[in-house]
Amino acid sequence: MTRELTCIGCPMGCELTVEIENGEAVSVTGNTCKIGENYAKTEVSAPVRTVTTTALTEEGKPVPVKTAGNIPKGKIFEVVDAVKGVKVKLPVKTGEVILADAAGTGVDVIATKTVS
Amino acid sequence: MREFELVIIGGGPAGMAAAVAARKQGIGNIVIFERGDELGGILNQCIHNGFGLHTFKEELTGPEYAERYSDQVKELGIPVELGTMVLDLNADKELSIISRTRGAETVKAKAVILAMGCRERPRGALGIAGFRPQGIYTAGTAQKLVNCEGVVPGKEVVILGSGDIGLIMARRMTLEGAKVKAVVELMPYSSGLKRNIVQCLDDYGIPLMLSHTVVDIKGKEKLEGVTVAAVDEKNTPIPGTEEYFPCDTLLLSCGLIPENELSKTAGVELSPLTNGPSVDESLETNIEGVFACGNVLHVHDLVDFVSEEANRAGENAAEYIKGKPASPGVPVEVKPGFGVRYTVPSKLYIESVNDSVHIRFRVTGVFKGAAIAVTSGGEEIFRKRGRIFVPSEMQDIVIKKDKLADVSGTIEVKVEEAAK
Amino acid sequence: MFDVVVIGAGASGCAVARELSRFEVSVCVVERESDVCEGTSKANSAIVHAGFDAVPGTLKAKLNVRGSKMMPELSRQLDFQFKNNGALVLCFDEAQISGLEELAERGRQNGVEGVRVISGDEARRLEPALTDEVAAALYAPTSGIVCPFEMTLAFAENALANGAEFRLSTCVTGIEKSENGYTVHTDKGDIEAKTVVNAAGVYADKLHAMVSKTPMKIIPRRGEYMLLDREAGGLVSHTVFQQPTKMGKGILVTPTVHGNLLLGPTAEDIDDKENTATTRQGLAEVRAKAGLSVKGIPFGKVITGFTGLRAVGDTHDFIIRECEDAPGFIDVAGIESPGLSSAPAIGEYVREIIAGIIPLTEKKNYISTRKGITKFASLSEEEKNELIKRDPDYGAVVCRCETVTMGEIKEAIDRPLGATTLDGVKRRTRAGMGRCQAGFCSPVTISLIAEKLGIGLLDVRKNGVYDKPESEAKGNA
Repeated sequence: MTRELTCIGCPMGCELTVEIENGEAVSVTGNTCKIGENYAKTEVSAPVRTVTTTALTEEGKPVPVKTAGNIPKGKIFEVVDAVKGVKVKLPVKTGEVILADAAGTGVDVIATKTVS
Repeated sequence: MREFELVIIGGGPAGMAAAVAARKQGIGNIVIFERGDELGGILNQCIHNGFGLHTFKEELTGPEYAERYSDQVKELGIPVELGTMVLDLNADKELSIISRTRGAETVKAKAVILAMGCRERPRGALGIAGFRPQGIYTAGTAQKLVNCEGVVPGKEVVILGSGDIGLIMARRMTLEGAKVKAVVELMPYSSGLKRNIVQCLDDYGIPLMLSHTVVDIKGKEKLEGVTVAAVDEKNTPIPGTEEYFPCDTLLLSCGLIPENELSKTAGVELSPLTNGPSVDESLETNIEGVFACGNVLHVHDLVDFVSEEANRAGENAAEYIKGKPASPGVPVEVKPGFGVRYTVPSKLYIESVNDSVHIRFRVTGVFKGAAIAVTSGGEEIFRKRGRIFVPSEMQDIVIKKDKLADVSGTIEVKVEEAAK
Repeated sequence: MFDVVVIGAGASGCAVARELSRFEVSVCVVERESDVCEGTSKANSAIVHAGFDAVPGTLKAKLNVRGSKMMPELSRQLDFQFKNNGALVLCFDEAQISGLEELAERGRQNGVEGVRVISGDEARRLEPALTDEVAAALYAPTSGIVCPFEMTLAFAENALANGAEFRLSTCVTGIEKSENGYTVHTDKGDIEAKTVVNAAGVYADKLHAMVSKTPMKIIPRRGEYMLLDREAGGLVSHTVFQQPTKMGKGILVTPTVHGNLLLGPTAEDIDDKENTATTRQGLAEVRAKAGLSVKGIPFGKVITGFTGLRAVGDTHDFIIRECEDAPGFIDVAGIESPGLSSAPAIGEYVREIIAGIIPLTEKKNYISTRKGITKFASLSEEEKNELIKRDPDYGAVVCRCETVTMGEIKEAIDRPLGATTLDGVKRRTRAGMGRCQAGFCSPVTISLIAEKLGIGLLDVRKNGVYDKPESEAKGNA
């Protein structure tokens, strides 16, 4: 079976055609770089996303955060909920872990802004 | 009166990159006037990722991208005056500014870089009929409320316009627990990036209603719902297609307008096609020593392109300050041809081109398997094929100086459609 | 027990309150909205008509001319923006020039100075953007433009300074004759009054019916407008009318005192007194008809559209009189155009009626002037500097489109009768009134209001009435 995908690896948005056998991609066409091929392979088997959201400081002000890497797509809301439970202590630096191993994904959530 | 070699108006991505570039070219007496209370401009509220793939070869969020540049501004010791609003700029490059700390003053600059960015098209400009209740926000205002104030302005949302900020906010509101019922787009294609449709709408099952618009707004004090209808090819609503969506929030993502009020006070000539200054290859406006870059010049979809452009503006301003003679000769006009909405620059002084020139533009519709052709006097000087050209993606082509050697009169940039 | 309860804090009600506050009487203004100037007074053409339009001998004619003559001095005393910009009434058909002559004659009879009919070419010399179709025009040099929000607010604030009481967010639910006058029932309790002034706009007929058996009907006449960016404001300098019809003065094109360009209104009688929605057809009509008068209107610079409801009485004149079957109950009804122009004269006229019921003696310590909110953008650099030194909040621009500072917004919120909503701040300071329509400034304005009222950011309203007293909403006293 084949599946049509739009690559989200970069803003170009290449239209990909993926040949799938037994839930695995056997060929990817339409991509213009390696990112597209990798994206297509994971997207058809176990799709992943980077999550960006905000965590609140103790004063209730938002600090932007992201997952330090991709997490399973199905875990997005769990990760966002887990971040909601965090109270960030200021100051915080970009890259600082504000939540380790978010929602059991093995991926940390890190601050994306330095706030003092 | 304080005097500066280079005043940069705006400390967003364009202003920061321009400042860094000018300083690297040896300009000492620079200042950035920023109206907000931090550098970074709109990037501070763009907490999503997707920035920096061209510039830093990695995917960053808006605040991270901003920090890369604000760190450079800091390291290079470039003075920044925050909370500073430029109220007036004149053709002699005198600026009236105010701030809490310094009060009102007039300063003078040898060169000025306009980097004020853009604003969102408000509801009134869209002519949507109905009441004017609470609950209607531009997508950017909602983004600021959610990401910078920690306030989510609604629970049931309809988004009009599929610009990138609208798509990003569809996902953001969803993650914050709101139900986004539909993204409604007047045109038969989205004005946002394809990747954003996938990861902001498709991922969350949010329908994108192309060739539809909001025709009525219900709720006198607080928004109760909107009526959506399909439109024909003239964008006129088709009777009988109306569908009512109860909602407490309507977000508008219907286009960005370069913010050129200051440019106008200075007498900077604006292009009716971009609503930004008309510039030459060095990004200089009709006023000598006044340069423009970023979204104040024309609306970009990628900040990486803003930085690259601002970098050139900064370098060119530095050249000007160091006494580079005015561009010689008569400029060649750069004209948008078939399928092209505008070009930046709109004129070229060929002798001033170093080794190549960037021409940036947007196409007027969706073109599959077409080519971009640049011609002058019937001669083709550049050609690029593409699988697909869409209005939501700014095109950037680079033409080598040797191709320009015999050019005179005008240069036309056009789309050549694939043979049917 | 108040001597006078005024129902409705629009231009008429506030003008009445201000006029009465010059005298030793107790005055209470009751308003169902959370702010003054929330009904007809906030959504109209903002014109101070010269007075040539009304039929001689009518109250409209008398009060319009009187009001228009009072306006320049009042605007100085009470610090609101008024500009005498002159008006042109256009005629597109030579055969109808007699209609202009008739208007000019009416004007002369009404005591309007300087009205005359001029040729199409003369009109185009005065106003180069007029279309070639203009055959002739009536020129009325005394016509003017005003800021209706500021004017109404100025009346209200001045009345307040002179002791009038304002009960906002208070809706009248019934009125009963009492021993010494009237009991006014409201959703916030009863108010006793010797006399009642019914200045309730489109609802004046409903209030009238609470005490009187004489028939009165007020029809809401919907008028839709488009407001253009200040960049387009210079297109015309005069107020440009078209020849009037029985539905009103037609679609006008006018600069506003703030330098915007205003187009409208349509005229459509409707049943719903709350229907201030714009319509697709209405906005299209404004577009088409404005284009008949003036060429080159940059419709791309429209920043907002809005609808106002004129309170049209069934007598086609203002209805300002003591009810014959309800002594001490004074109707100020059917105040359609030229109501705004007439407002100060309406104040005087009502005061004369009240004086026939309650003896009025002038206050000795009457405060005749009022200072408006600082207009930072209009100050010189020295003045700006001084102000910022005194209060750095004036150095922080919040609304970049209209150059409104945090200092001004705080003034608007902190003043007596201060703004409690985003629209209230907008009408007082113009923050959010500009080309981005509050996109950039509203988050800041919202936090300033929230801080003042002690409520959450999400509880700050754009308009309308806060459901609960703020202390309850906050959960403490």
